Amino acid sequence: MLSILSDLKGPIMNGLLLGGLYGIIGIGMSMIFGIVRLVNLAHGDFVILASYLSFVTISFFPVNPLLTLIIIIPVMFLWGYIVQYYLLNRVLGKTIEPPLLVAFGLSIILQNLLLLIFTPDARALFTSISVTTIPVGGFLNIPLIYLVDFIASIITIFLLHRFFNKTYMGKAIRAASDDEGAAQLMGINTKTIYAWAMAIAAGTAGIAGVLVGMTFTFYPHTGPEYLIIAFGVVIVGGLGSLLGTFLGGLILGLAQILGAHFLGPGFQLLSGYLILLIVLTFKPTGLFAKG
Amino acid sequence: MHGIKRSPRGLLGDGGRIVAKCLLQVQNIDVFYHDFHALWDVSLKVEEALVVSIIGANGAGKSTLLNTIAGVLNPTQGTIEFHGKKINGLMPYQTVAEGISMVPEGRRIFPRLSVLENLEMGCYIPKARQKKNEVLQKIYDLFPFLEERTNQLSSTLSGGEQQMLAIGRALMCEPRLILFDEISLGLAPLVIKHIYQRVKQINSEGIAALLVEQDIQRSLKSSHRVYIMQSGRIRLEGRPGELSQEDIREAYFGL
Repeated sequence: MLSILSDLKGPIMNGLLLGGLYGIIGIGMSMIFGIVRLVNLAHGDFVILASYLSFVTISFFPVNPLLTLIIIIPVMFLWGYIVQYYLLNRVLGKTIEPPLLVAFGLSIILQNLLLLIFTPDARALFTSISVTTIPVGGFLNIPLIYLVDFIASIITIFLLHRFFNKTYMGKAIRAASDDEGAAQLMGINTKTIYAWAMAIAAGTAGIAGVLVGMTFTFYPHTGPEYLIIAFGVVIVGGLGSLLGTFLGGLILGLAQILGAHFLGPGFQLLSGYLILLIVLTFKPTGLFAKG
Repeated sequence: MHGIKRSPRGLLGDGGRIVAKCLLQVQNIDVFYHDFHALWDVSLKVEEALVVSIIGANGAGKSTLLNTIAGVLNPTQGTIEFHGKKINGLMPYQTVAEGISMVPEGRRIFPRLSVLENLEMGCYIPKARQKKNEVLQKIYDLFPFLEERTNQLSSTLSGGEQQMLAIGRALMCEPRLILFDEISLGLAPLVIKHIYQRVKQINSEGIAALLVEQDIQRSLKSSHRVYIMQSGRIRLEGRPGELSQEDIREAYFGL
């Protein structure tokens, strides 16, 4: 029994750390779903767009990919603002279908643009961080990049939490998510607020994109894979809480790695989806949903 | 808040005529909900620091009128002037900046925000934000329980408390005019009495109020002028003392 537990230390550690990355992939999707009531089907492509932007930046300035965040976050921020303000806001209305279709169209356009510009070859933002492992407690080695992902995820969620609870803009975003009409009566321009929310969500997708690029290889059509992960995180974690989304990521990561450990690598994705099904069956609002 | 000098006779001049300066003037507006003609040729006036009521049965168009003034709906004809400035066509978030604030029907506080955060949203516009602490203190004086519960989640307040929070929130932007949409709906009589006392207190600070109410007697008691609406039209207007019970009944029920 004891030996099984000590065998599991590695997978559990890896699962949790990978879950941190999943958390940051899902956070932007969860925000937009909760605030704008919009399922951003292009979220995964936003992530991969950021990976490519970082790739391009590095080809001009050969620096550590993490440093490209200084450029990637503002660029993605602006991109999110423009997409929401000039495109998605125009189709927001009583039904969910028009924005869903526009987001889907955006996803297709992005994938094909990336394909056109970068060819279907696999790319990666490899640095020494990507291949280094560090010993923990003398009994297991974990990939350094997983640790970087996890820490970046925690920092992002902490900053978002501060933003949503301490700033007028953050509170106004929450107010608009509670009651759009009442928020307008308070002098809040909800269209602008939605654009800011999407800007922040795209900013988090930017961080996720750089981390994903450093952790895995990516192709122009990898976006939907991360969309599914983001969906998973939102479903497991539930809406309305940043911490819930983060924990949702951890659970999904853990489920995948433990599934792979017990059943073989081919079962990694399947075991993640099994957890999704179980959560959907017993607690369809998600494990940590608020309100 | 805006100090308005009152004569011993209040805002009424010789012969009981209202002499205060006009603040809000709605002139001959028509409003449609898609194909439905909701307001027909409606005109209305609110003078500075007065309480004006709109009464009428369900579906008479009272809330439609308030929402149109607040900018939620747009009139297809006619004008709305506030302080001599045309405000129809403005979005709700712009009318707030002009000095019109609203306590919406059903309170519509932000349930997942704390009491203090709800109040802070009331002064979201930059101009109001600067004076936040000063105004906040005035609101705490008006509704002391709010100060004790600043961090409480607003959805856990009782109905009456939520209504008071909604009123406090509407005061945060230091409005010249507050639109109250059915503030007594679903509340206990004692709570309603308390809330109307506060409305009177707010009005005594020089803030004009436009109330929508179904309770005829309460409206007559608490306002300087009433309008009676029926089927999207104004059927009767006048000072409470001038209107006979028969006239009111006729206008209210359209008999």
